[in-house]
Amino acid sequence: MFYREAGQFKTSYSEYLQAFPLREDKIGMAIWLALAVFYVPFFGLPGLEYTFALNAIMIPVAIFTITALGLNILVGYTGQISLGTGAFMGVGAYACYKLTTYFPDVNIIVIILASGFVSAAVGALFGLPSLRIKGFYLVVATLAAQFFLEWCFIRVEWLYNYNPSGAIEVPQREIFGIVVTGASAEPATRYLVCLGILILLTIVAGNLVRGRIGRSWMMIRDMDIAAELIGVRPLRAKLSAFAVSSYYCGVSGALMVFLWLGAAEVESFDVNHSFLYLFMVIFGGLGSITGSYMGAAFIWTFPILLKELGKRLFDIDPIIMENVSLVAIGILIVFILIKEPHGLARLWQLGKQKLRIWPFAH
Amino acid sequence: MGNLLYSIFGDPFAQMWQMPDFFIQVIWEGFVSGILYALIALGFVLIFKASGIFNFAQGIMVVFSGLTLVGLHELGVPAFIALIITLAVMYALAFVIERLVLRNLVNQPDIILFMATIGITNILIGGGQWMFGGETKTMITSELLIPTGSSVWEPGGGLVIFQHIDIAAAVIAALLIVSLALFFSKTKVGRALRAVADDHQASLSVGISLNQIWVITWFAAGIVALVAGIMWGARSDVSFSLQIIALKALPVLVLGGFTSVPGAIVGGLIIGIGEKLFEIYWGPLFGSGVEGWFAYVIALVFLLFRPQGLFGDKIIERV
Amino acid sequence: MKDQVEGYVTNDGRRIGGIIMEMKNITLRFGGVVAIQNVSFDIREGEIRAIIGPNGAGKSSMLNVINGFYHPQEGEVWFRGKKRPSMKPYEIAEQGIARTFQNIALFKGMTTVENVMTGRQLMLKKNFFWQLLRVGPALEEEVKHRRRCEEIIDFLEIQPIRNTPVGSLPYGLQKRVELARALAMEPKLLLLDEPMAGMNVEEKEDMSRFILDVNDQYGTTIALIEHDMSVVMDLADRVVVLDYGKQLADGTPDVVQKDQAVIDAYLGVEH
Repeated sequence: MFYREAGQFKTSYSEYLQAFPLREDKIGMAIWLALAVFYVPFFGLPGLEYTFALNAIMIPVAIFTITALGLNILVGYTGQISLGTGAFMGVGAYACYKLTTYFPDVNIIVIILASGFVSAAVGALFGLPSLRIKGFYLVVATLAAQFFLEWCFIRVEWLYNYNPSGAIEVPQREIFGIVVTGASAEPATRYLVCLGILILLTIVAGNLVRGRIGRSWMMIRDMDIAAELIGVRPLRAKLSAFAVSSYYCGVSGALMVFLWLGAAEVESFDVNHSFLYLFMVIFGGLGSITGSYMGAAFIWTFPILLKELGKRLFDIDPIIMENVSLVAIGILIVFILIKEPHGLARLWQLGKQKLRIWPFAH
Repeated sequence: MGNLLYSIFGDPFAQMWQMPDFFIQVIWEGFVSGILYALIALGFVLIFKASGIFNFAQGIMVVFSGLTLVGLHELGVPAFIALIITLAVMYALAFVIERLVLRNLVNQPDIILFMATIGITNILIGGGQWMFGGETKTMITSELLIPTGSSVWEPGGGLVIFQHIDIAAAVIAALLIVSLALFFSKTKVGRALRAVADDHQASLSVGISLNQIWVITWFAAGIVALVAGIMWGARSDVSFSLQIIALKALPVLVLGGFTSVPGAIVGGLIIGIGEKLFEIYWGPLFGSGVEGWFAYVIALVFLLFRPQGLFGDKIIERV
Repeated sequence: MKDQVEGYVTNDGRRIGGIIMEMKNITLRFGGVVAIQNVSFDIREGEIRAIIGPNGAGKSSMLNVINGFYHPQEGEVWFRGKKRPSMKPYEIAEQGIARTFQNIALFKGMTTVENVMTGRQLMLKKNFFWQLLRVGPALEEEVKHRRRCEEIIDFLEIQPIRNTPVGSLPYGLQKRVELARALAMEPKLLLLDEPMAGMNVEEKEDMSRFILDVNDQYGTTIALIEHDMSVVMDLADRVVVLDYGKQLADGTPDVVQKDQAVIDAYLGVEH
């Protein structure tokens, strides 16, 4: 009785094609948005210490949701497997660093959004093999990108301004007098910037996937030969997927270094991270924007919460809990692949359908 | 410009010519690591042939089996008993994976199965670290009768050193490959495995139990992983970073084809030797660490021209 | 005899135009296998052309040649009076040729209406920037083409399954959705690969009616592969018969039905 479509009629196609056609969904979205924008920056999360809630959970979740959106575009919507996500994030981070080194007075948000384009170009380049190579074999190509770029991050000293430690140190940057990056930047500020960029990029992703470009991606994913016979140019479709996906990864990489970690080494962009992001997308749901949100939030937060629980309830060493969470995530992945290969997003959808007809059973 | 051309096309070969003993040493080192890559790749091929699944967990199985062996030994179990128990553990692992995972994902598309093996990898990493701790361990060698020490060859005044352990690795790997080949062609189970690799439906219709075959296949892959784990661990300790090295088996498979046993060997040798040569002779041009990506780039170039590898089956698309 | 250049009007008042596609001495080989051997025929604008023959005769391959998916080793394909060079599949689509497949090539991850919309892909022109924004020209374009797709869905009477994922539809309905998608491309030449395969009598009647309606209402030229002779007799203006890659006969259904070679190879003798 709470989730009713009855009575909500659409009188035009444009109304029908909205992102959230149902009034209940619109209200739900508004609530989430209000909580994210007005509650969290002031109060953090219930039950957790404020700085911890923001620094360890909300900020990285916001950033990784952007990554997951990007990876989902490539893997979920276009069907091209990639294990190079970590490295593409690195490209964005290093690009941001170099750009802000050369243009220290330019608004850092502009720089971050610009560094995405560098990542997009690199992504498109490494995406070229996808025209000849399909399926698993593409994993090898993306691994080539991953390991080659990792090597570049160490060897090309220009990238980290010849810093002897090999790491990037994030300089302080301000917008309208508020410190946004660097050691004195407030968690709430950093969180809101990340959230703002996340919301913007979500809207863009939603627009793309509902339009002709998103459809061309899905056509390639489902049956590329039929797609070509309908008129889709595989080159354009695949490269645009790689480019857009890498843009998102690049921006999230820049955000990760500049607004979360404050510094970065090559390890932040290694192949283990590439796997982590793939987990987020698989778990959340391939080919789903909601899924990207859910997957990122869950895969990131679950180990942390598990560690907290272990510490508070049973006083277990965090390292043991770390291993437990690795095992747990592995089991959950296998479990969800068996029970619902389309991930949390599909479970959520099914839940909403049940809610539509509640309290009736069918 | 001339300098650059010479350093790419001239100097490395000049060095090879001028110091032939060093060249042989490099080739030998590459050969040995190639054999080990081939062993790891062999595990992939076994499973892929029989079930069409790309078992991402093969790498961690190498580490896990090695850790189990060493862990048991540290608890005081005599070496060969520990070996037998480890084999039993790998069998149990194969059984559990078949029962809980494979059976439930029978008709799913390949990518789902692949991702399931990534999940299994996670479980084994977490479980392994939990049970054995995350530090590097030393592989037991003398207890398993693996020779240490080295032989020296001095061709024409030069110096080439052959570690006994490397020789042992090559011999054991060769024995393993030959026995696997014999197993496949001569025994009843081996024939059944080949049938399953060819056509699941057809093998079902002649009464072959797919489930049993899959358990056997994963166990065989487990044995191969254990041998690789022992050999690799003996040369350079057992740690979880070995798992990443196992990713190198992917370029090997690309070269050799995903379904070919001889291909895995040839591919492994090409990658192993090629990688070493490139790192030693052309590495200085690029800086160190090229070994990290060379194999993948070679695989990539290969894929662009011959997507099915040297020995693999050609992929034909029909509408 | 029918004029080469100008068209004619059939008994029931349909206009058939001049020749739009010509196969000249097509030979197609796959390795050692000769799929098509020296086959020549033409297709006139507005007609319904059938390609028939026993299994393995090379019919699907022939359609793939027309479609540009296979490139014949010998022979030429002429489209609208000009020799057609070897083209990529998407270029063929741009030329106005659409097709359906024997084994159904729908996009399983999408619903019916989404699949039909994919047919409009070439007509959606608004560039990347507008797609990012969506509100404005991109949305207008989307709505315009959506309207057209809904009309096609109405025409083929598949409204009830508009929002069903196509993977869960029965075979007969999937074939209809595939036809809808092909129609959405507003093709000049529509190639149908065994559109009636696997259907019962009622479904075949429906599909025949739709094919005739498509030809009638939109004037689309149709080339179809079909096994069922009664269907072919009812639908086709002209028929070409293939057997083991060779051409046995080419003409109107009446003529072909009485051709001795065709009877021997394919139709069988009446007892």
